[in-house]
Amino acid sequence: MAKSIDVSDLNIYYGDFLAVEGVNISIKARAVTALIGPSGCGKSTFLRSLNRMHEVIPGARAEGKVMVDGQDLYASDVDPVAVRRQIGMVFQRPNPFPTMSIYENVLAGKRLNAKKLKKSEADDLVEKSLRGANLWTEVKDRLGKPGMGLSGGQQQRLCIARAIAVEPEVLLMDEPCSALDPISTAAIEDLIHDLKSDYTIVIVTHNMQQAARVSDDTGFFNLRATGEPGQLVEFNPTKKMFTNPDNESTESYISGRFG
Amino acid sequence: MSVTDPETDLQPIGSTSRAGDTIFRGLATASAVVIVLALAGVAAFLLAQGLPALDGAGARSYGYDNIWVYTGPLLFGTLLASVIAMIVATPLAIGVALIISHYAPRRFAKGLGWLIDLLAAIPSVIFGMWGIEFVARNMVPVYNWLNDYLGFIPLFAGPVPTSGRTMMTAGLVLGVMALPIITAICREIFAQTPVMHQEAALALGATRWEMIRLAVFPYASSGMVSAILLGLGRALGETMAVALVLSPSIVVSFNLLTAESGSSSSTIAANIALNFGNASGSKVDALIFTGLVLFVITFAVNFLGRWVAARAVKKG
Amino acid sequence: MTDLDSKPAETHLAPLSHATLPGWAPWATVVVGLVVGAIVGGVMLGGGVVATVVVAWLVVVLALPLWSRAVEGGRKGTDRLVTVLVWSTFGLAMIPLVSLTWQVVSKGVGILSPQFFQNSMAGVLGSGGGIYHALMGTLIITALATLISVPIGVLTAVYLVEYGKNNTFSRIITFLVDVMTGIPSIVAGLFAYALFVAFFGPGVKMGFAGSIALSVLMIPVVVRSTEEMLKLVPADLREASYALGVPKWRTITKVVMPTAVAGIVTGVTLAVARVAGETAPLLLTAGLTNYVNFNPFDGRMTTLPVFIYYAIKEPGIYAEEMTAYAWGAALVLVVIVMALNVVARVIGGVFAPKTGR
Repeated sequence: MAKSIDVSDLNIYYGDFLAVEGVNISIKARAVTALIGPSGCGKSTFLRSLNRMHEVIPGARAEGKVMVDGQDLYASDVDPVAVRRQIGMVFQRPNPFPTMSIYENVLAGKRLNAKKLKKSEADDLVEKSLRGANLWTEVKDRLGKPGMGLSGGQQQRLCIARAIAVEPEVLLMDEPCSALDPISTAAIEDLIHDLKSDYTIVIVTHNMQQAARVSDDTGFFNLRATGEPGQLVEFNPTKKMFTNPDNESTESYISGRFG
Repeated sequence: MSVTDPETDLQPIGSTSRAGDTIFRGLATASAVVIVLALAGVAAFLLAQGLPALDGAGARSYGYDNIWVYTGPLLFGTLLASVIAMIVATPLAIGVALIISHYAPRRFAKGLGWLIDLLAAIPSVIFGMWGIEFVARNMVPVYNWLNDYLGFIPLFAGPVPTSGRTMMTAGLVLGVMALPIITAICREIFAQTPVMHQEAALALGATRWEMIRLAVFPYASSGMVSAILLGLGRALGETMAVALVLSPSIVVSFNLLTAESGSSSSTIAANIALNFGNASGSKVDALIFTGLVLFVITFAVNFLGRWVAARAVKKG
Repeated sequence: MTDLDSKPAETHLAPLSHATLPGWAPWATVVVGLVVGAIVGGVMLGGGVVATVVVAWLVVVLALPLWSRAVEGGRKGTDRLVTVLVWSTFGLAMIPLVSLTWQVVSKGVGILSPQFFQNSMAGVLGSGGGIYHALMGTLIITALATLISVPIGVLTAVYLVEYGKNNTFSRIITFLVDVMTGIPSIVAGLFAYALFVAFFGPGVKMGFAGSIALSVLMIPVVVRSTEEMLKLVPADLREASYALGVPKWRTITKVVMPTAVAGIVTGVTLAVARVAGETAPLLLTAGLTNYVNFNPFDGRMTTLPVFIYYAIKEPGIYAEEMTAYAWGAALVLVVIVMALNVVARVIGGVFAPKTGR
């Protein structure tokens, strides 16, 4: 089910500007991989290149190989729409569709593929996805209410439910807690812990304690200098990363000397 | 200002600038008051000259029993032409707006936006000439075809005039004239759709069209309604294009493809333009009365359009 | 966790690269469509270019989505269908612009000559006439309307942005400006007529009445665009000026207005372009004459649009010549209006303040 991701020699561009250079990384299946680093170092850009959301920005493109289950996401005949269906994404700010109810939000992705969803099947899927996102007990009595009426943390879990409702193999999370209060953050972190038994999870975070709490492996991105492209400096098990990193700059970043 | 002595620092800057402030503020306020007076004037003079027509003298001199019998068919024709215009313009405008906001490469989109703005700048009398020379002539085969195969529907009953100068032609020209307004508003709102909702749709594996349906249209819906209403406001009040294409007539007829007298409608604005030159006395009152009616209708439509837009803004 | 592990343990990533149409598929369909269109529409139906294009369009709009549906699946097919339809609206929207430009230029250019600009229609029967009187009329009436509208419009915008600050009166003004924007041009003409009749008696026609009618149309446009521009001036700039002890009116005239002037001039130029092409209000107020009249306060005064209208609608016995004059005048009018638009955009683009977006 959940798949590993093997990235080799990935260069990511905005127009002519090389934003991220030469990334090689093996992301394990059924594990949480955290990406940390200072602002503007390309970790979000890299994350978005893993489900081809990067190229939504005009002029943006990527070169290199991203292998998932033996298929290269950047092969010429690959359909980005199919990639995104199987590699889900959760964004920095919760973004439920404002005109839809909680129920419809969860089903939004599924409805694209299955036009005629039976009522009972839809109900089951909604319940299963909301339970999977630890939100079911909080919203089961108001499924018809707009998704925007929930709290920020609930909205973010609704977005996670919406992402897992299409049964992806991988979940990408782009700073999913940065807009949330500590209690909601804790709820999301618990959820990430639960989800990892079924999904490969890659999470970008600014919060190093969070990376230490939730992840199995950690990658550190940095810029060599301003204006230079971002690079993956170090990639190691989280424990090692936070106790005995290989790289000097990783250590100074983690111990808070810069960034 | 000259360098001020610290001793005098706290004194008022001087009576001249005080006076300057008062005068300038007065001028600005006075201009605003002029606008109030101008609109009050529009209302007052139209009422003063138009309301006498209620006694029916003007309508009788045109051969009708009372002013409503005279105004009604014109109002009907105005609405009919505008509805055709909206049916033509709305899908076109939404499509073009989507091209500018979502489909075309950015540089091309900018140029295209500019071209559509140029369309808005063309004087209406020239649209009228183009309506006669291009639309009417070239649509005749289409009208004939519609008449041959769908003539049993009253809308498409014949005979089709060889000139092609029919209600349908007038509506088409009005549609082209309303197109830039609707496009401009729609493309603005489409472009404002929050990126995060568009990305949410794409990340679920939506195609471009599915993304537009999931994220763009729901966000833009009230703005689109408002755009259509403002476009309708323009079509309702447009005069010259219709005046050039159609002949004057006081008839209620759904017939879109014929110019036979007695079975083709005309519009309020065109009727005023076509008859004003020869009108005098109570006839002028009758024409001004129809203008008053047009004013009220366009006001209502525009007001509704802005109300919808304002409500959408408040909703967020 | 509940029953998420009901997922079978051995799922595979669904193939990402299911069959797709090659990149050249849309163009190939267009080419095939044109060929089929030429054969079926152009030759078999004998419809020429129009039938060719229509048949070609039908072929593309049917074939590409169906082909895509068969190869790529239903959702992709729908997406392609919508893409074809959306681009078709672009094609359709270009028809008026292209055909109108072509007609005006091709029909209007023949009559252009120095005498066309120097002569009026005074005593002209058939050939030898010109549009000098209409050009002058347009110039005088539009200039007067601008003289009335710009001070009122700009000062009102200043009131709304700098003094009104959302009080009741300014909200009323904003509402009234909205109402004015929606006044049909013929109604503005009726108003000016009714106003002048009250002073000069029935049947009055003069250039100045036309200017008043145009002002009713122009003022709201000027207010709106000036208001937008004044709002763009950053509040810091005003505060910096107040902090230096500059009184408010000097701040507005010396700091705020100069910052916004490019935008205001752009807005005014576009407003001038709009009213210069107006016909309906002038039909009712300024009327038609064949003679040159430089006095806007006495007698009829013809403008280009009104001249065009009558030349088309009531050409008299010299219909052919009058039609030629009308197209020539139309070309001149379009060139004037387009030139004003281009000037407005150049001003807006070149002199726009470099701050902001």
